[in-house]
Amino acid sequence: MPDKDKSFPKVPSSKVVVKKRMRIPLVWIIPFVAAIAGVWVAVTHILSKGPEITIVFLSADGLEANKTKINYNGLNMGVLKTISLSEDRKSIIATAQMSPDAAEILVKDTKFWIVRPRISGLNVSGLSTLISGNYIGMQLGRSEEKEFSFVALETPPLTGDVPGRVFTLKTPALGSLDVGVPVFFRQLQAGQVLSYELDKGGEFLNVKIFVQSPYDGYVNADTRFWQASGIDVSLTASGIHVKTESMMSILAGGVAFETPDNDPILPPSAAETTFELFGDRTEAFKPPVCEPYDYLLVFKQSVRGLNVGAPVQFYGITIGEVTSISTELDVKTLEGSVHVTICLDPKRYGVKFMDVAEGKDAKDFHRKIIETLVSRGMRAELDMANLLTGSLLVSLGFYPDAPAVVLDWSQDPLQLPTVLDKLASLEDSVEILVKNMNQTVVGARSTISNADKLLDSANQLIEPNSVMSSELNNMLKQGSGAARALRVLADYLERHPEALIRGKTGE
Amino acid sequence: MSTSTPTAMKEGLQCCEACGLLSHPASGAEEGRCPRCDEELVFRKKDSLQRTIAYLVAASICYIPANFLPVMTTITSAGRESDTIMQGVVLLWSPTGWPLSLIVLFASIMIPSAKIAGLLYLVISVKRGSIRNNIQKNRLYRMIDIIGRWSMVDVFVDTFTVALIQLQPLMSVEPGPGLLFFAAVVVFTMMAVDSFDPRLIWDSASSTETEKEVQHA
Repeated sequence: MPDKDKSFPKVPSSKVVVKKRMRIPLVWIIPFVAAIAGVWVAVTHILSKGPEITIVFLSADGLEANKTKINYNGLNMGVLKTISLSEDRKSIIATAQMSPDAAEILVKDTKFWIVRPRISGLNVSGLSTLISGNYIGMQLGRSEEKEFSFVALETPPLTGDVPGRVFTLKTPALGSLDVGVPVFFRQLQAGQVLSYELDKGGEFLNVKIFVQSPYDGYVNADTRFWQASGIDVSLTASGIHVKTESMMSILAGGVAFETPDNDPILPPSAAETTFELFGDRTEAFKPPVCEPYDYLLVFKQSVRGLNVGAPVQFYGITIGEVTSISTELDVKTLEGSVHVTICLDPKRYGVKFMDVAEGKDAKDFHRKIIETLVSRGMRAELDMANLLTGSLLVSLGFYPDAPAVVLDWSQDPLQLPTVLDKLASLEDSVEILVKNMNQTVVGARSTISNADKLLDSANQLIEPNSVMSSELNNMLKQGSGAARALRVLADYLERHPEALIRGKTGE
Repeated sequence: MSTSTPTAMKEGLQCCEACGLLSHPASGAEEGRCPRCDEELVFRKKDSLQRTIAYLVAASICYIPANFLPVMTTITSAGRESDTIMQGVVLLWSPTGWPLSLIVLFASIMIPSAKIAGLLYLVISVKRGSIRNNIQKNRLYRMIDIIGRWSMVDVFVDTFTVALIQLQPLMSVEPGPGLLFFAAVVVFTMMAVDSFDPRLIWDSASSTETEKEVQHA
């Protein structure tokens, strides 16, 4: 081995460098792990954030930032973050942080509303909000279009996703109806009232009802709707009948409907069909208007007790009703009369004799029938319907002796001849009877007083201390003395028969 | 001061941390053990500042989620409600409950952050070799050491509540993820305190004194 120094004097020798060991203590793993955990938490937090939406409310009543939740069918979908006034100061704009699952369901027709406790009648909803505070309800939309700003509904949508149909009911008065009031079909709850609004004309209300499936299949053109809120009490010969829907409807009101079993059964009505809402079941099953045949009756007597709607009877069977009553004064003769319009509905009351022809020659046929009936003596008259209330009805009866009448067919409605009713004449005769009876009673009264006197004097005669009785007593005494004398005479004569000839001899 | 303060390290002696026995360090690379109590002997805690800083960093990282994540979730029939520590403080704040609210505020928010800040200050001042207010610094260190563990009160309260309030259908309490981070903050600060060697505060003081003495001489 050659000597280094000698062989290569100019080559420098290597340097010894003390290696600085880069020592990172193991302890730095701890902050590293902590950082990873922190980042992980942050990332999951960010990932768990769904979209942010804005909802416009009319009122922020019961809403609380960071507290009020958005629930869909009870599942929490988000929470309100901020609540602020809109720029025009008319509404409340709330922003909400939705959960990531909500991203899919935020579409154009997704609906939001504030769930508050609602108590209407017996219908209580949102009771849980009394404890948990109000929350925002949510209903899914069917649209495909994404949407992140919504306008909240004022009232919760009642239909939800339940299949069924919405119908409109026309009613002159709301009665006890309210949003959420049940709709009954055969006393089953078949739906509820969704909303009501005044018609543009202001004459009636349009009540929207929802009839859920399968009950909506029973709604057809024949279906009648009526307010099922009341108790229908009717007193008949067989007793008192009380007819109601459920207890709930008595308290809270309701709508009932029924479809008569007509042949043929009509196809179900389309959604949004308009029906009339009747006051009660009886009214509902009267046909809507009796337009077929209107007649005018002129009475020259009081019609007190006759009301619009009073029945028109024929042989005691109702075939129509009174539609109007008015008084008329004849200007020429200054004679008052009452004009009563009646209408006969052959379909409704089954007036078979008027129901034969239909179509073109119906009019002629009708004229023929009426002419015949009147010529046979058919007259209208007022009759007592109820003795207790004094209500009247119109009765069509036959008076063959009544003077003949010529019908004026140019009049509309046709005037039917009337007769003074039996009742009025009965009243007259009763009056006369009562008068006569009065006189009789006066006569009877004097007779009775005379008889009284008679009895009085008779009484006086037979009293014990009266003159008559004492005289009578004397008379009787004398009578008995006479009888005794007679007996003595007879005795003497028996023993001395000769005394009859010789006379009494002294003893 | 006429004479420089002698320290064991300067004199080439090791002081046992457990029993206080002075001994000559063992020759060789291996660290010796106390001849009396068998405690490991070092001049100064190993990587004291680095460890302290590492734990402090970990604690500060955990401090963020500890305060932003809910520590407790109350489930009642009304729904679930998650509260962070700060929300708890606000919740407790009432005309009668404010002392409790203050306790939670101090124990759970102020103390952990004060501990981190205090230790950081100690570490920085040691690193910079500052010798001002050394007595205060030492006092600060002792205070941090004593008071630190009390932050754990919050964790205990939480765990007790969770364990006790389990009235299943009516009400129950669940721990939140924030609690874990909060416990981590407390543990990390305690470890930071433990890894900090207070003797370091005085090392620079004695070295500057030595320098001064050298200059004097």
